[in-house]
Amino acid sequence: MRTNISSSEARIKKIVCRSLVYLFALILAVLAFYPFFVMIISSTHDNYNIVAKINVLPGSHFKENFMRLTQNINLAKGIMNSLFLAVAVTVVQNYFTMMAAYAFSKFEFKGKKFLFSVVLVAMMLPGQLGIIGFYKEIQAMHLLNNYLTLIVPTISNCFAVFFYKQFLDGALPNELIEAAVMDGCGEFKIFHKIVLSLVVPALVTQGVMTFIGSWNSYLTPLIMLNDKEKFTLPLMIAAVRDSTHADYGAQYVGMLVSIIPMVIVFCFSSKVIMEKISIGAAVKG
Amino acid sequence: MRSKKRNKYAYIYLAPFFIVFLVFNLFPILYSLVLSFCNMDLLSGKLTFVGTENYVRLIGSGFFFRSIGNTLLIWIMSIIPQLSIAFILSLILSNKWFRGKMLLRNLYYFPNLVTPVTIGLLFGAMFSYPGGAVNNVITMLGLEAVDFQNNQMLARVVIAIAICWKNFGFNIIYFTAGINSISEDVMEAAEVDGATAWQKISKITIPLMKPILIYVMVTSIIGGLQMFDESKLVFTTVPGDATTTMAKYMYDSAFVRFQFGYGAAVAYGIFVIIAFFSVISLMVTKEKRDDYGKAAGKRGKRAK
Repeated sequence: MRTNISSSEARIKKIVCRSLVYLFALILAVLAFYPFFVMIISSTHDNYNIVAKINVLPGSHFKENFMRLTQNINLAKGIMNSLFLAVAVTVVQNYFTMMAAYAFSKFEFKGKKFLFSVVLVAMMLPGQLGIIGFYKEIQAMHLLNNYLTLIVPTISNCFAVFFYKQFLDGALPNELIEAAVMDGCGEFKIFHKIVLSLVVPALVTQGVMTFIGSWNSYLTPLIMLNDKEKFTLPLMIAAVRDSTHADYGAQYVGMLVSIIPMVIVFCFSSKVIMEKISIGAAVKG
Repeated sequence: MRSKKRNKYAYIYLAPFFIVFLVFNLFPILYSLVLSFCNMDLLSGKLTFVGTENYVRLIGSGFFFRSIGNTLLIWIMSIIPQLSIAFILSLILSNKWFRGKMLLRNLYYFPNLVTPVTIGLLFGAMFSYPGGAVNNVITMLGLEAVDFQNNQMLARVVIAIAICWKNFGFNIIYFTAGINSISEDVMEAAEVDGATAWQKISKITIPLMKPILIYVMVTSIIGGLQMFDESKLVFTTVPGDATTTMAKYMYDSAFVRFQFGYGAAVAYGIFVIIAFFSVISLMVTKEKRDDYGKAAGKRGKRAK
């Protein structure tokens, strides 16, 4: 009898506890979503409604807001520019950093230790340290407004080299390469046919991160580009506020457009992203 | 014999990386150092050596120190709620009975992918005065609308909220990975011994997670000290430049006021501050690692 009462009491306690936990998690989910909600709903209202009251239901002014936005900026151009840059950076950076990582992982050569310690030290340097010198260098080379300055320098990503080296150490057996060499396979054929095909999982993981990073980058394009035709989407979105003053309707539409590509990326690669972050945690833990 | 010949190829593989590194990383860093001892004539681009004048001005003007204070304030106001919320939620999401884990985790994480520019504009618009979305809620509750932009502290708080919103989901995934790596055996043993859910959390999970928590805390300061996008984008003008972080101050010096020499000096000033905090964080993480290793010696080894 007594055990019955206490067990039913415990059950009630358990239910109360669990519902409180659910409540807490849900409240935070609502808070996390709230800015998106404001963004989506506000983009469909006219400026008077956005400023004057709380909007819960979608309005009917999306088209007008969108028209006013595209009057000011060339949205399609911005998306194409950003997309081109992100794809180019992803391909170029990961191809060349994988090469460097392959050299560090599978070869013995003079100066290997020194060169790798350079990579490790460079990882600790803050990215903004040389940015003024970088700007002046590019200016002297007459390469401002040239996308090459946003693509080529990303090759020296030390984090990617470090990540790929770790991966190659574990995932690529030396015997495989030795066997290929025995069969008379050329060096570059080994890299392109064997190494690259075996590291696809790591390439995908790092590649998604590179793509997102490039899509979101702000400071470097801000400094390097001043030709409006070459602006990336973030630069255009930032310019919307300067050119439209208090036109919140148009601004909200611009924000909405800027997150749609990330929603698409996230739908296809949320698992990969989560894995990449978890790898980081496992290394440090 | 053959393998020795092969090893030469390593240099070819390394060449693109290191050439780019030398030209676009190392050279700009050294060139910035040279610039920081010079003044640059804006029109001709001629450099004149001025010695330590830029650094004297950096230390003497007070603006730089104010920007350090702003950066640290915003960082602390964002990191404490961010990590505590993330830790509590990762504890919640690691419960077996919890339904909808994946959905919630994705929902919490998504802000992390939003373009910083969009975050800046979004929070600027939401917290605008008097008709922003937040002020609309405040006035509906019968309170007076708050002018966030023109209050130094509140402007900082808004930026801290924006950063917190952006990053807490990332930390949830990070912490969840840590919690999942705690071995099942330990948890089962505790269950057999009759430990309650709370005891398991406070006696096992939290102590074992402590190194990761400290690690995240101290390493996040290095990223936090380089905060730029939010500082530039959330509010365009704040009284007394209360939201100007160190990186924003550098940007303004070089690319708004076109004092490249002084800007470079600011960049090196930032570098010194970051190096200082890096050394501290390295010491802290190392010490804690040892503690953890000694205290949990065997358990730690077996888990790996």
